[in-house]
Amino acid sequence: MAGSDRLRDYERETGLYRRRAAAAGLGALLVVLVLIGRLFQLQYLDHQHYATLSNDNRVRIEAISPTRGLIHDRDGRVLAENLPSFTLELVPERVEDLDATLERLRPFVDFDSADVERLQRAWRRARPFEGVPLRFQLSRDAVARLSVNRHRFPGVDIVASLTRHYPWGRTGVHALGYVGRLDQRDLERLDPRAYRATSHVGKNGIEYAYEDVLHGDPGVRRVEVNVDGRVLRVLDEEAPVPGKDIQLTLDLGLQRYAERLLGPEDGAVVALDPRDGAVLALASAPGFDPNLFVNGIGRETYAALRDSPSRPLYNRAIRGQYPPGSTIKPIIALNGLERKSRERDETIHCRGYYTLEGRSHRYRDWKAHGEVNLGEAISQSCDVMFYDLAMDLGMTEMAGFLRKFGLGQQTGIDLPGERGGLIPDPEWKRRARGEPWYSGETVIHGIGQGYMQTTPVQLATAAAQIANRGRPVRPHLLAESAQADVRTDTAEEVPQNGDAVVARAREPVVEPVDLAVETDWDYVIDAMVDVTEGEQGTARAIGWNSPNTIAGKTGTAQVFSIAQGEEYDSEAIAKQLRDHALFIAFAPAEAPRIAVAVIVENGGSGSGTAAPVAQQLIDRWLEEHPPPADGKNDGG
Amino acid sequence: MVDNDGLLGGRTGGAPLTRLLLVLRVDPPLLLGILAIAVVGMVVLYSAGGASTDLLVQQGVRLGIGLFVMLVAAQIPPRNLRLWSPWLFAGGVGLLVWVLVAGEMGGGARRWIDLGVANVQPSEGMKIAVPMMVAWYLGDRALPPSFARVVVTGALIAVPVAMVAYQPDLGTALLIASAGAFGLFLAGLRWRLMVGVLLAGAALIPVGWHMMYDYQRRRVLTFLDPESDPLGAGYHIIQSKIAVGSGGLYGKGWLNGTQSRLDFLPERSTDFIFAVFGEEFGFFGGALLLFLYLCVIGRALYISAEAQDSFGRLLAGSLALTFFVYVVVNIGMVIGLLPVVGVPLPLVSYGGTSMVTLLCAFGIIMSIHSHKRLLAP
Repeated sequence: MAGSDRLRDYERETGLYRRRAAAAGLGALLVVLVLIGRLFQLQYLDHQHYATLSNDNRVRIEAISPTRGLIHDRDGRVLAENLPSFTLELVPERVEDLDATLERLRPFVDFDSADVERLQRAWRRARPFEGVPLRFQLSRDAVARLSVNRHRFPGVDIVASLTRHYPWGRTGVHALGYVGRLDQRDLERLDPRAYRATSHVGKNGIEYAYEDVLHGDPGVRRVEVNVDGRVLRVLDEEAPVPGKDIQLTLDLGLQRYAERLLGPEDGAVVALDPRDGAVLALASAPGFDPNLFVNGIGRETYAALRDSPSRPLYNRAIRGQYPPGSTIKPIIALNGLERKSRERDETIHCRGYYTLEGRSHRYRDWKAHGEVNLGEAISQSCDVMFYDLAMDLGMTEMAGFLRKFGLGQQTGIDLPGERGGLIPDPEWKRRARGEPWYSGETVIHGIGQGYMQTTPVQLATAAAQIANRGRPVRPHLLAESAQADVRTDTAEEVPQNGDAVVARAREPVVEPVDLAVETDWDYVIDAMVDVTEGEQGTARAIGWNSPNTIAGKTGTAQVFSIAQGEEYDSEAIAKQLRDHALFIAFAPAEAPRIAVAVIVENGGSGSGTAAPVAQQLIDRWLEEHPPPADGKNDGG
Repeated sequence: MVDNDGLLGGRTGGAPLTRLLLVLRVDPPLLLGILAIAVVGMVVLYSAGGASTDLLVQQGVRLGIGLFVMLVAAQIPPRNLRLWSPWLFAGGVGLLVWVLVAGEMGGGARRWIDLGVANVQPSEGMKIAVPMMVAWYLGDRALPPSFARVVVTGALIAVPVAMVAYQPDLGTALLIASAGAFGLFLAGLRWRLMVGVLLAGAALIPVGWHMMYDYQRRRVLTFLDPESDPLGAGYHIIQSKIAVGSGGLYGKGWLNGTQSRLDFLPERSTDFIFAVFGEEFGFFGGALLLFLYLCVIGRALYISAEAQDSFGRLLAGSLALTFFVYVVVNIGMVIGLLPVVGVPLPLVSYGGTSMVTLLCAFGIIMSIHSHKRLLAP
């Protein structure tokens, strides 16, 4: 042992050490107590917080998409259904080399650079272990070939799902609309929580309007995931609530017939049941195949549709705004009778033109009608009578009366994108154009030209209101009987559910028109019947062909104005400059069961092209749905 | 000097197993504590390893090797240890120099020497060599030590600590430094001096902060508050706090820790194994484990107090307290009280080197206890 340089007091050193060891032991005890205190804080005081965090870590909530409700026509025929389809998906975590895998997949599946582009976009945003679709709607053949070779493609899955399908293709497309892949814009207007698992959403038409009814509620699946996000097991599951099926008032047969009647022409047909506003047919030609849109329309196909001069994507029935032309004459006549501007038997002499006092400008009529009264002016479509009447009434009065029939405003049909049209008056012109109203303008508005704009659905609705002798209806596509199907179980949860939609769809946008002299209705309706049945009726050709009493009115919407002193020669001018042909009608005149508005773009005259369409539609409908034998109005 | 040859102050008798242990110079209470902790460790490791016995078998082998080393160490008389101390220390420092010059890289640090047969990590040995050196140097003269000797001791500690810290291996450097510091403390370092040193250190912090570059400051801040970097350094600590906190009072049950089973906990079988334990066994489990550690430390401190010379006392005492530092630094890190430092949970964390070093230290403590002279000097 090494020597000591001073004397050592071993007793003292031992004592010193023991004190120091005791102090160290005490210190250790205190530190352990601090640790235990911290454990107590974490595991008792803050336990709930950390338990939540732990659950958030391990439990992922996955939404399960609900099955979309079907759409039926009034007789229960399926207009939109869900078909099983197969999607090719790739799971990023399990695919080692994307490019190589795609190259090896090529012999088995058709896909183009657009598919790959979309895949690569989704690839980066995919949640862990979530499949990214490459190709939708694989053919049976491709499914079979891929299934056999599955082992060669790790991370490539064939996933079965349901895809929206429109079995009748373009039939009724402008009423039905279509679904398309959910995008960012949809998510801004929809509840993102309800659409977490949904891939497709209504983009237009009924599919859009009744999205909330058709969609249903997503189910929820709680799964346990590991740190990579891989699903290890399903903890529990709440099944999705499928969307409700809905029934439309549309009649598939009539709809197809209407589209066939329009043939190759551009135009629109709207047929209503005047008793309740139920839309029987709503056609806009040309149409397109909605199935193209379901899984992403190709850029070129879309461009072709968009840029076609006939504008097939354009819903003329509710968005097309046309001057109503002579179709408003019955309403102007009613206005004149109501205001006592005209007596029923009061005649004028029509020389084929009209001039304002002290002016030389001639407002042309299509022919010189000679001596005509108001009723004859309707049936023969004498313009001079209405030029004169318009001057007597004045534009403000006339506009107000036309608006009582819902013209110049949205009808409130349960379809998105309806346009309002325009019934102008001096006030409007001052506001919109900053110009005064000229009396010459009043003259031409008396025959529905000038600034006046109406949509086919407005004209059909106005025709229905005349048929109802002033009682307005609101055009709607959702059938009454659907009400039972549409969310009756959530009556308390209104308003965004089906009940409210149905209710909203039934409320007319205008008040009933009460005439001082009730028989004025009969007078005007008789004049409209004379349009098809009278010897000089402008549409007498259809009256001869039809077994039914049709009350109608022809109309011509000017596309191209004819200079003073020129003759209108429809043969000589290019087709796209020809006038639009219009016809409104309802039948049977005594107890109307169908009201129709037809427009044939560049069709020339209403009597020649539009009226036969309306007549054939009416005849077919009344033949298939004959009035009850006792002739009584059966409800509505 | 005559050794008592295992008679432990004349006490004989007891159960045959106890007698055998005494003959082998093993302290039964200390061994019991160690084994209890090791068993807890095995149970947690089974869970942390994904209910697989792979890690368990390897850890068992290491525990066996460690116990054998402990047994061997317990046979070496403290007198010999004292004689070897300067040479071990000098050899250790020499190896550290070698490491710095020609060490093998591993995990971003230069820690290993490849001897052809085996890899050697000299810093691990310094955890024992430094307290031995301190005990040898201070125990040689009367205590408490003079100021000059404190300074020399400080230098003896600082040299290896600096070299290990430079590797960089902050955890080991911290343990070596605390082993030396505890030697000084137990030797009777004056309180005034301790307070003075601490204050001086505290005063230097702002100066050092001022001299650092921005990126270094950021690094220090992240070191002190890992949660400011939730995806990087903070991720470990956030997940381990979630694991421990979600365990609650009673824990989620063995093998039911979701944080560990679903891989949310990184390093869960090594440095962060206490998080698994806390998650599955809860507050009461954690308190029990801390109690076991406290028992082991208490027993070791008691043994040190019973030692017959300054060398034995200081060595046993500083080894015991170093063991305690392991526990505090590791658990403190896991439960978010201390910064993240790579220190394993002794006898529980998966890993061989620390297990062997620790059991070797316990062997030395047992040796000090069992080689008592009949007569005090």
